[in-house]
Amino acid sequence: MQQVTQVFRPDPAPSRLKYRMERLMLTPLFRFALRVGLPFALGLGGASWYFSVEANRAAVMDALLGLQEQVQSRPEFAVSQMSIDGAGPGVTAAVREAMALQLPLSSFDLDLDALRARIGTLDAVKSVALRIRQGGVLQVDVVERVPVVLWRSGTGLEMLDDSGARVGPAASRTDRPDLPVIAGTGARDHVSEALALLTAAAPLEGRLRGLERIGERRWDVVLDRGQRILLPETDAVQALERAMAMDGAVDMLSRDIAAVDLRLAQRPTLRLSAMASQEYWRIKAMETGDQRQ
Amino acid sequence: MIELYESQRAMRNMRRAAMQRGVVAVLDVGSSKIACLVLRFDGTDRQTDSGVGSLAGQAGFRVIGAATTRSRGVRFGEIAAMSETERAIRTAVQAAQKMAGIRVDHVIACFSGATPRSYGLAGKVEVDAPVVSEQDVARVLSACDVPDFGPGREVLHAQPVNFALDHRSGLSDPRGQIGRDLACDMHMLTVNAQAIQNLAHCVKRCDLELAGIASSAYVSGVAALVEDEQELGAACIDMGGGATGVSIFMKKHMIYADAVPMGGDHVTGDISMGLQIPMAMAERIKTFYGGVVATGMDDREMIEISGDTGDWHHDRRQVSRAELIGIMRPRVEEILEEVRASLDAAGFEHLPSQQIVLTGAASQIPGLDGLASRILGSQVRLGRPLRVHGLPQAATGPGFASAVGMCLFAAHPQDEWWDFEIPVDKYPARSLKRAVKWFRDNW
Repeated sequence: MQQVTQVFRPDPAPSRLKYRMERLMLTPLFRFALRVGLPFALGLGGASWYFSVEANRAAVMDALLGLQEQVQSRPEFAVSQMSIDGAGPGVTAAVREAMALQLPLSSFDLDLDALRARIGTLDAVKSVALRIRQGGVLQVDVVERVPVVLWRSGTGLEMLDDSGARVGPAASRTDRPDLPVIAGTGARDHVSEALALLTAAAPLEGRLRGLERIGERRWDVVLDRGQRILLPETDAVQALERAMAMDGAVDMLSRDIAAVDLRLAQRPTLRLSAMASQEYWRIKAMETGDQRQ
Repeated sequence: MIELYESQRAMRNMRRAAMQRGVVAVLDVGSSKIACLVLRFDGTDRQTDSGVGSLAGQAGFRVIGAATTRSRGVRFGEIAAMSETERAIRTAVQAAQKMAGIRVDHVIACFSGATPRSYGLAGKVEVDAPVVSEQDVARVLSACDVPDFGPGREVLHAQPVNFALDHRSGLSDPRGQIGRDLACDMHMLTVNAQAIQNLAHCVKRCDLELAGIASSAYVSGVAALVEDEQELGAACIDMGGGATGVSIFMKKHMIYADAVPMGGDHVTGDISMGLQIPMAMAERIKTFYGGVVATGMDDREMIEISGDTGDWHHDRRQVSRAELIGIMRPRVEEILEEVRASLDAAGFEHLPSQQIVLTGAASQIPGLDGLASRILGSQVRLGRPLRVHGLPQAATGPGFASAVGMCLFAAHPQDEWWDFEIPVDKYPARSLKRAVKWFRDNW
């Protein structure tokens, strides 16, 4: 036998409003709008209302800048030293002056590209590499230009490297006796050819005074005693080598001639000096028996 | 005749829209419970040429939400109190929606009461072309002589059950066949118009669109009868709370439907009156101890009846189970006798097979099949609804036969009169469709 208990339960029924609300909440588009659209609209509206006030905008910008400043001024980012390697003392001073940095600085404030460009404008610097080393050291690796010739121009004496770029002024010839001299307008643009010629003219070691660019198109080799070797526009090195060969064979250059003209390859020409030509004529007259003199 | 079906045509269009959306709810408005199932159509619904899809037409949809609530305001299968019923429908629909997690807008409803009446209609026309066309079918349907079913009645179902061409009867689809005289038999079911209007109003008040109405007797027959029973002839007795539906099937068509306005609630009422206890308690005692066949053991099984009247003697009574059975049995017998009378009126004894299937929640009384076979005939079985996809275990009992049948009805409705073409001569004179039709016929 079982006990039958009586159960009274009120009939559950949603109110009309609740029923409609629930149906609305089950509508996919409405749910999407509620889940995504409403927060988006609220956020966007709130943000745009906040930023529509000038003071708020300024405050936010200030806060952002302050935060940026705070991060950038941390000691981890500070650059307190500078180390310049690969340059002589004069160039080092010039680089230091060109960079014009007030250390210590934050590494965010350093514009390495601009610094590199500024150092690159220095004549004596061929290339430069900049980096910030650990420990807040700004490492500047400089490759200097190596002067190979002295160039005597209208304005003075300057040192050039093998590409013809200026290295720096030279006060006088005696400052750099080890460097050969070139001269003439446009000589600077043909330094490599000049170097080849100087190599070819090595047998004239002691007598060589320099090279001169004539009419911006060809070279003259200038020797002591006012002697010159006039070289053609093209194949100047070969012409000079021929002259060297002639010199070796008949000891040409030690004789009393003013110039060796090699401008026409088929017809090398020697110009005697005034004394020598007088002497030549006298001997010629003697040979021919001319008694007029 | 045409304006009579405007609302039915509108409901068919609504059903098509619901199918396109893929979600539809079915609502069984019963006297004791309101059940709501939410169906999702997944588009695998493909009709083959034979008319039978895969899984006998049960594929293509899935039950994704189910809810039941106690019915309020429904008596004898008709709506008696509108606002109460509306609240109950709201409860069921909301719970089913919540389970499905999706909002439903279209609902197909069924009810059992409203004094359904069956009519057999016959029509006959001559075919003008050598081959029967769709227009001929439409003409023969509209040629059926509609009986005067009286004012205040509405046609709920009008299904052509048989076509005959010259001397060949039993055709299911006469289109394309050659013959002269096309005849058709149609089964028409009318119910009280107010019942439909009340139901439509309640559904509308719940912000839902009515996409179809069915008779509960018909849809529970669809669910509870197996295929060969539907083919050979069978009756489905849907014993609900307030009304008992009777439907007779033959050749897969319903040929007769009726309702006996008595059901399980009357049994409960008898117990309540006989034992002087409240209805809720009587219902409980009925479901726990009820039966229709008393044995000697039942004399000794005492049921304690508690109460809270304050009278000690009244609250501590005991009845034997035999007494309870003695109260229940005459009422069940009365219901079955009424069903028997209804079946006799329909000429059920002339059917080749006289299978009777008892379903509905009240058919779960122990021993009912024995009693029914004594009254109705020897071939009685208890029927449960078919299994459909996703149906919860709680909704597989015989009480859900009409809800499950309505799922099948929603997925594959039988062709009704309003599904066929309107005959050309019934169109208004300046119809554009008529012009189109003329062009199509002549060019």
